[in-house]
Amino acid sequence: MLRLDKVSKIYRVGAFGGKALLAVNKVSFEVHKGQVVSLIGESGSGKSTIGKMILRLLKPSEGKITYNGEDIGGFEGEALKNYYRQVQGVFQDPFSSYNPIFKADRIFRVVHEEFFPQVSAAEWGERVEKALSSVGLNPAHVLNKYPHQLSGGQLQRFLIARALLLNISFLVADEIISMLDASTRIDVLNLLADLKAYGLSILFITHDLSLAYYISEQAVILYKGNVAEQGAVEKIFNNPLHPYTRMLMESVPRLDRKWEKGVRLVDRDVENLRTGCPYYQRCPVAEPRCALSQPPLVEVEQDHWVACVHYESGADVLKPPALAG
Amino acid sequence: MKKRSEVLYFTLRNKKLLIGSGIILIFLILALIGPSFTQYKPLDYASPRGAEPPSAKFWMGTTFFGQDVFSQFVNGLRATFVVGLLGGGLGTLVGMLIGFTAGYRGGIVDEILNAFTNIVLVIPTLAVLLIIAAYLQVRSLMMECLFIGLTAWPWAARAIRAQTFSLRTRDFVDLAKLSGMKPLRIIRDEIAPNMMSYLVLVFILQFGGAILTAATLDFIGLGPTNTISLGLMMQYAVLWGALPFGMWWWFVPPGLAITAIVGALYSMNVGLDEIFNPKLREI
Repeated sequence: MLRLDKVSKIYRVGAFGGKALLAVNKVSFEVHKGQVVSLIGESGSGKSTIGKMILRLLKPSEGKITYNGEDIGGFEGEALKNYYRQVQGVFQDPFSSYNPIFKADRIFRVVHEEFFPQVSAAEWGERVEKALSSVGLNPAHVLNKYPHQLSGGQLQRFLIARALLLNISFLVADEIISMLDASTRIDVLNLLADLKAYGLSILFITHDLSLAYYISEQAVILYKGNVAEQGAVEKIFNNPLHPYTRMLMESVPRLDRKWEKGVRLVDRDVENLRTGCPYYQRCPVAEPRCALSQPPLVEVEQDHWVACVHYESGADVLKPPALAG
Repeated sequence: MKKRSEVLYFTLRNKKLLIGSGIILIFLILALIGPSFTQYKPLDYASPRGAEPPSAKFWMGTTFFGQDVFSQFVNGLRATFVVGLLGGGLGTLVGMLIGFTAGYRGGIVDEILNAFTNIVLVIPTLAVLLIIAAYLQVRSLMMECLFIGLTAWPWAARAIRAQTFSLRTRDFVDLAKLSGMKPLRIIRDEIAPNMMSYLVLVFILQFGGAILTAATLDFIGLGPTNTISLGLMMQYAVLWGALPFGMWWWFVPPGLAITAIVGALYSMNVGLDEIFNPKLREI
């Protein structure tokens, strides 16, 4: 349904744009109908950039994003509007998603004006109330209020209701629950699961592995704009092969275990490493050859891809060396 | 309809706005109907006895040359409002046009417009004026407005550009784009309302700046020759020794009027800020 084909984003930085910053490097993946794909990575890994490129808020420097086989870069005017009828996004910070000087329900009015001008005001009001009910909000409590009078969870559900009004088939959820507290978190997550059951595809952008495991079928692990590991979520979680993925797994606090020994962090001194593995600087099992060339993404088992030299040859794939420390 | 009545409700409750606009209204009415209450023209030598304090015949006294100060005051008020509105308005308009375009588009458009802004910013206004004055024989009030408007916009453009720059990266602008809104509508409906009180402040400062620039131009003999303004009155008063001779009725009214007008506009700005920004409202 939605497909990224070797998509890269290069930013020009520094005085007069003299330096190039590779935010996203040749990322490819596909999201099928009714599927949830998690995009996992730390800050600056390029995961939000990918989300914004899918939403046409940023332009890819290289590569192509296609939706149902059509290049989204070519959409203009009515075609672009039609794309937004089907593809919408919800962002991380619910408070900055609203224009602070207008009431929060103005987002519904804008959708009405832009997408459904032929629908009467009365009917639209009913639709809004229905959408709000389906995201678990009481319309009487939340309508006609300013953003600062509502909670983060309510605002975030407002945005999901807005997407529902458009009857979308693809949602980019960019860290949508990272700013909510634990009790409202699960409500929003379950809401997404319900929507998925109705056939909605979701790109779930997160830095939280457990959330990704909870909700998605496929996962893409990003490190500095490069895919470290991707494939079926079960396979990645039960058998993490890239040292970065393993480090991430080790870093998740667990309820049944006291923190005994922290993950040993490596920080190699590398000046402007242009070639080589992007994870070389922090990799605990790196070898000299890792600094020379970037390992390609190889399929080590069905629907499980890793970019690490230790798994390039088929033989020792499933016998990774023990993590140092 | 409901939204409109709510804005009206907070507008009518806001004392700062009401007092500010009340003062402006009084001066505006004075400027509009004042001239019909006096039979003297502002530059006529009405009294043969020179400077006179206020009396029943001359409500605000007369100048060193026996001109009627009241007539000068109300006519000067008129010219001052015209210069402020047209000159300040034009400056604000050009500043908004350049600032919004540069800030929203970014990239190469921004760099070109920014360079242009900086060039206009460093042009020495007075030197250009001297050259223009040397070529033009007759100078009208409209010319003065045009000149002030076209030289005063750069700092407004810079400030608006900076604010637009920070606002356009906010998520609600992204959301507006996802709603299929066109750039012009995003600027008008999403970005501009967030800085509405700031735009009013820009207009106020452009308004005041235009009045002061006009006074300076009049003083060095580059203003319109056939009219009077509050700034011109003050300059004449100072030039002809109103201060050492204690002719307070000559320089106090124009000075007070300029202070009151700019002060009232400032009070309006604070009040408007409260209306536009619900967080500042006194419930």
